[in-house]
Amino acid sequence: MKKILIIGATSAIAQATARLYCDEKASFYLVGRDAEKLDIVRNDLLLRGADEVGTDTMNPVRLEDHEFMISRAELFLGQLDIVFIAYGELPNQEECVKSARKTIKALTINCVSVISLGTILAERLVEQGTGTLVVISSVAGDRGRASNYIYGAAKSSVSVFMEGLTSRLRESGVSVITIKPGFVDTPMTAQFKKGLLWVQPESIARGIKRAIEKKSSVVYLPWFWRWIMLVIKLMPDWMLRRLPL
Amino acid sequence: MTNNNNITSWGLTGQKNSRIQRINWRNEKLPEASDGVTFLPYGNGRSYGDSCLNKEGISLDVKALNHLISFDPKTHILRCEGGVLLADILHHFVPRGWFLSVTPGTQYVTIGGAIANDVHGKNHHRRGSFGNHVIRLALLRSDGQTLICSRTQNADLFHATIGGLGLTGLILWAEIMLMPIDAPCMHVETSRFESLEEFFSRSAESAWKFEYTVAWLDCAASDAMGRGIFIRANHCSRVTDSKKNLFSKGITLPFNLPGWLINNFSSKVFNSIYFNAHPPGVFEQTLDYNQFFYPLDKVRHWNRLYGKKGFFQYQCVVPVEQGTEHINALLKMVKGSAIASPLAVLKVFGEIESTGMLSFPRHGVTLAMDFPNRGSHVLTLFDQLDAIVAEAGGAVYPAKDARMSAENFKRFFPACHDFSRYVDPAFSSTFWRRVMG
Repeated sequence: MKKILIIGATSAIAQATARLYCDEKASFYLVGRDAEKLDIVRNDLLLRGADEVGTDTMNPVRLEDHEFMISRAELFLGQLDIVFIAYGELPNQEECVKSARKTIKALTINCVSVISLGTILAERLVEQGTGTLVVISSVAGDRGRASNYIYGAAKSSVSVFMEGLTSRLRESGVSVITIKPGFVDTPMTAQFKKGLLWVQPESIARGIKRAIEKKSSVVYLPWFWRWIMLVIKLMPDWMLRRLPL
Repeated sequence: MTNNNNITSWGLTGQKNSRIQRINWRNEKLPEASDGVTFLPYGNGRSYGDSCLNKEGISLDVKALNHLISFDPKTHILRCEGGVLLADILHHFVPRGWFLSVTPGTQYVTIGGAIANDVHGKNHHRRGSFGNHVIRLALLRSDGQTLICSRTQNADLFHATIGGLGLTGLILWAEIMLMPIDAPCMHVETSRFESLEEFFSRSAESAWKFEYTVAWLDCAASDAMGRGIFIRANHCSRVTDSKKNLFSKGITLPFNLPGWLINNFSSKVFNSIYFNAHPPGVFEQTLDYNQFFYPLDKVRHWNRLYGKKGFFQYQCVVPVEQGTEHINALLKMVKGSAIASPLAVLKVFGEIESTGMLSFPRHGVTLAMDFPNRGSHVLTLFDQLDAIVAEAGGAVYPAKDARMSAENFKRFFPACHDFSRYVDPAFSSTFWRRVMG
């Protein structure tokens, strides 16, 4: 029975992923900002077959709370088999470019807080000698694009942090997985017009579970984003600048 | 925050650029609507016609309202949010020995949709329709109130909401009664019938001993009208090995197949092969519940079979008295039209009264037929079928309809005037505007 800590547990992708572990009677420690929503998710997972579910309200931008929250999770679960960092906030790019304060705020939630948690959790998992750390980054972090480079900058730092961590921990018994989803139909992306490339969070969740089982290090979801991003990464700067992205 | 996206109904008679607003949590409020803009809940889009569409208004996307809330094995009552799919309930509860008291032919509908259309299944003669097993529901109205509705509390609104086509407000959660089962498999008996008389007598004799009865009708046969295959089943009393399914993981139709693929000739061939492949006499087998109830769910997007023009399903119910004459008249009309239906299904509805004011199921015999969209020919045929149904005192199923006239709707559902008092002032649908103007 897996013991799973989810930070950002009310996100659509986190919920869909947690549900996939209910059939095998996993236990969960759910961390999020909204106690009422956490309770809704907790009841749902219990009814779907979860063994034990604890909840914890924490705002990840309060970096000083991280250490204590993780200790509470360890106390509740006993061991951390999977740790999943799934929160994120899509900043309003147009507002950010005019405001350093808003840009820093976006970087704190999407990058600084994630790296803080990742650092502490990596230490705990290494101490345990086992476990999987899964973090949701984004295809947006692979190149800087005019339309969302603030979010991209945050995710790119997360990706590089995770890349380095993966190398450092390669012989520690701990798996480190970076998930790079493309367009996902969630509350975060509610304002976008949806096209052919969009997928439901359930599809991303299945990919995450597969990545955990296969101990992959970097996973684009769905799979075709690997090839789209390969093309975009290989694109010379002058060409990228001319694309309306 | 609304955005513009394309949404469709199952018949692929879709609409471009709908305004969509997600409802993510059951403690959220409805969005502020400017004057005259209406809402309509949109679940999984499995209604065939326009009853789940709201062309000029805002569709409330409830797919994130998919949390289970509580279950009490003593009372059999499951409480869950309106966007939960029946598939989700089955996935978690069948292994624990529970089943839906009533299930339609697909598990990919939401609880809210099942209630709003008061859907029925192959056990109507034993259990009535979906609404008969709804205990309570919470309705979010545009004035901001959340009303708890049941047979004793806000009873009028409860009866209006069941079968109410999503017009009375947003179903945040509902309590439904599950049914205990011993095993996840089905004991199924199939047998041929050569005439409608035989169909009716087999239905009558099976009603007592079988939880589920339904018939597939070979309506493309040129000589033997009214022949088909009668299917009756019960839940197995213990776990038995069921036949392995050919497509256990399912297949997906990734795009619309060419529209000419399903034509009169292929329909005829398919129906004839299906009928003749079935040996005379009674054939018994054990099937997994998925194979028995949801064979088409194995083919995701099977609606693309009919090509990009989409298709229509025509489903009506006519009184069981003189049922043979009524069904015969309908089949003759179809045959005379030279448009073959590739798939037709027949079932006798029992006497249990439906809960909803606008519920479709009623004592009688129901006939459902698929037709590829061949434009005006099909629509003319449907008008002629409507006339027969109206004359017989029957009704056409709104969940599957994209074209019935306002006049006929009012004949089929005389309670609609009374019902309209319970429609939320800020809710409407393309269907509702079409039939009630």
